[in-house]
Amino acid sequence: MSSPLLEVENLRVSFPTHSGRVEVVKGLSFTLGRERLGIVGESGSGKSMTGRSILKLIRKPGEVTADKLRFEGIDILDQNEKQMRAIRGARISMVMQDPKFSLNPVMTVGEQIAEALVTHQRLGRKEVQQRILDMLVAVRINDPERVAKLYPHEVSGGMGQRIMIAMMLIPEPELLIADEPTSALDVSVQAQVLDIIDDLVTRKGMGLILISHDLALVSRYCDRILVMNAGRVVEECAAGQLDKAQHPYTRGLLAAMPVIDETRDELPVLDRTQWAGT
Amino acid sequence: MSALTLKNLDISYGDTKVVHGVNLDVPEGESFALVGESGSGKSTILRAIAGLAPEWTGEISVLGKPRTHGVDRNVSRTVQMVFQDPYGSLHPRKTIDSALSEPLAIHGIGNRGERVEAVLKQVGLDQRFRFRFPHQLSGGQRQRVAIARALMLEPKVLLLDEPTSALDVSVQAEILNLLKRLRREQNLTFLMVTHNLPVVSFLCDRLAVMRHGKIVEIADVAQLKQGDLKEPYSRELLAATAA
Amino acid sequence: MTTRDWLLADSPTSRWQANAGRAYRVFTALLRNPLSVLGGVIILVLLLTALFAPWIAPFSPTGQNLSQRLLPPSGVNWMGTDELGRDIFSRVVWGSQITLTIVLLVALISAPLGLLIGAISGYFGGWVDRVLMGFTDIFLSLPKLILALAFVAALGPGINNAIIAIAITSWPAYARIARAETLTIRNAEYISAVQLAGGGPIRVIVQHILPLCTSSMIVRVTLDMAGVILTAAGLGFIGLGAQPPLPEWGAMISRGRTFILDQWWVATMPGFAIIIVSLGFCFLGDGLRDVLDPKSEGKS
Repeated sequence: MSSPLLEVENLRVSFPTHSGRVEVVKGLSFTLGRERLGIVGESGSGKSMTGRSILKLIRKPGEVTADKLRFEGIDILDQNEKQMRAIRGARISMVMQDPKFSLNPVMTVGEQIAEALVTHQRLGRKEVQQRILDMLVAVRINDPERVAKLYPHEVSGGMGQRIMIAMMLIPEPELLIADEPTSALDVSVQAQVLDIIDDLVTRKGMGLILISHDLALVSRYCDRILVMNAGRVVEECAAGQLDKAQHPYTRGLLAAMPVIDETRDELPVLDRTQWAGT
Repeated sequence: MSALTLKNLDISYGDTKVVHGVNLDVPEGESFALVGESGSGKSTILRAIAGLAPEWTGEISVLGKPRTHGVDRNVSRTVQMVFQDPYGSLHPRKTIDSALSEPLAIHGIGNRGERVEAVLKQVGLDQRFRFRFPHQLSGGQRQRVAIARALMLEPKVLLLDEPTSALDVSVQAEILNLLKRLRREQNLTFLMVTHNLPVVSFLCDRLAVMRHGKIVEIADVAQLKQGDLKEPYSRELLAATAA
Repeated sequence: MTTRDWLLADSPTSRWQANAGRAYRVFTALLRNPLSVLGGVIILVLLLTALFAPWIAPFSPTGQNLSQRLLPPSGVNWMGTDELGRDIFSRVVWGSQITLTIVLLVALISAPLGLLIGAISGYFGGWVDRVLMGFTDIFLSLPKLILALAFVAALGPGINNAIIAIAITSWPAYARIARAETLTIRNAEYISAVQLAGGGPIRVIVQHILPLCTSSMIVRVTLDMAGVILTAAGLGFIGLGAQPPLPEWGAMISRGRTFILDQWWVATMPGFAIIIVSLGFCFLGDGLRDVLDPKSEGKS
């Protein structure tokens, strides 16, 4: 594998509470090449905070520390807000959970994608238009001219999320962070959206961090998986090896999921006391 | 006897008709699932049965008795509903105790303290949760409270609107186990709306696949488990899940 | 176990403890904001002054002494005397009673009225909403002071009529807020759950919707108090509010206007009182808003 795109060492994110600071990410380390990494965990495991801290999106009074947080040799923690803006969107993009809240309701789809593009690059008007239409085609929107003129409330959830992806990928970033990109969508649309992300990421040789609560989904679309619990990585494995997972937490998660040909009378339940407080 | 019968049910919101000519019969004690994608009208059917979507034509019968359009105090003792969002279904300023006592107060049932304690035990919540506010509870605990509230009036039929879709996998397993146990213990009839076919496979006996406000297919869960659904749309749904 | 532990207990053992704990949390959050503490102190001083006016005021508020007219502030008359030789400090102290009465009565009449009309309007919708809100809009479309003036003119000058007039002009704003909040609350699943349990509209509105509207209403009313005081003072100033010799602050300014150039203290002292109390209500209201805003709590 070529030199790593992202290096994270001993990442810690903490927030103040009534009883002192509480760490939500407790010393996370990983490196990412031009590959697809999945981060899986339940709510409160710190998976979203990990994604946000890479983009320095943790607001005060939250605090991020790390021994190393480097993107292509750039020390993220050293960058000021202005330098970060040049990185966000242009070099690292993020797709969020719900398109309804991420798209500006008073701008057309085309305008928003154009904005994402021209903030980071100087281009002629015709060229911008062409890039937008190409991008919309790339996210499998059949009649890009019409869709570019629509407002966000006029498109469905699945299409909204594809537009988000178009917006995020048009400046051609090197790393895409997708935080639960499909959990607001129907099952059949989910696959479609993830296929698009997958296709674009592989074709352009980007890095992908897919953050999700859904083990099955992550194992299908990623090369490598980190399983997080209570701010720590409890298991790291290749996606194909998930069924050979060692850690009791991962095994518990896998077992707790009902399957389509369910024969168990009762689902095994995680014994939380075993991990709580560790 | 049938717990729920729907005949030629059409439901509208304002001028738009969202459910078209649904016929359904759920016998007492059965667990029946309505599956389909968002916008297929499955939740609307639950709301109409509960009395929260009063603009319908056709017939809805509960335990053999036709129900009226609005909310009905007598129906509320036989049919109760559990909502999808555990964060939105509990009043933010009311303790668990007052949320659970409220149905009893409305129906003038006494012994409230004991009943609240008993129902908390049934849904597997410790007594120390009794006087907490919802924001002091996790999502799974809130959903247990919502189930407890639905059980306060000792209904025969529970309407479940995606009861686990907002929860983590491990918490979902706990809630599904709880629902299964409650159904066995109290001989409840379930009508559950979900988009999650594995959950149907675990908890239900039969299912109806819905699309664009119509029922496409009614099948046994055995058929679902064997992948033996007839209609192309049902097979599509199944394929999307199994992929 | 200390009282504090009892109040902050994670698992309260009674309804009373749970509610007391919540109130305590709101209170401590309020204490963390210095401005709201200042506001609270001002209001507390106002309350104590009104309560103990007979003991605090060194002179009678109405006792005239024409040989002592228009004396500047001194050790004896801390704020000087007015054109009839009355001690201004004593009048300001006694005036706090009038101000407090106005503020409390206006709040007690207009807030519940607005809350109820707004909640009913929002909950039922349809023609009930259209009638009630149409009525509200008529009141809202007229300038407050002018409307109050018209009412006082019709009812006759006097402190009670001024209170009624101010209350009548301030409820529509509250009705609007309550309606907007009710509209967002009424489709919540916890409201559906009560309806499903067989709860009627009265129960839903009174026990479930109103408690959620009250916190923003308390904030709004507190912030509006400054305006109420000013309106009352304005009515007093033009002679339609409290009648002489009542020591109402606005009326006092009005009387002092004649001497504003030579004997500045006559108009200025009650003016300070109005400013300080108005500010106090504003600070407290801002603090309450940060603490009680239903949008900032709720989840987690």
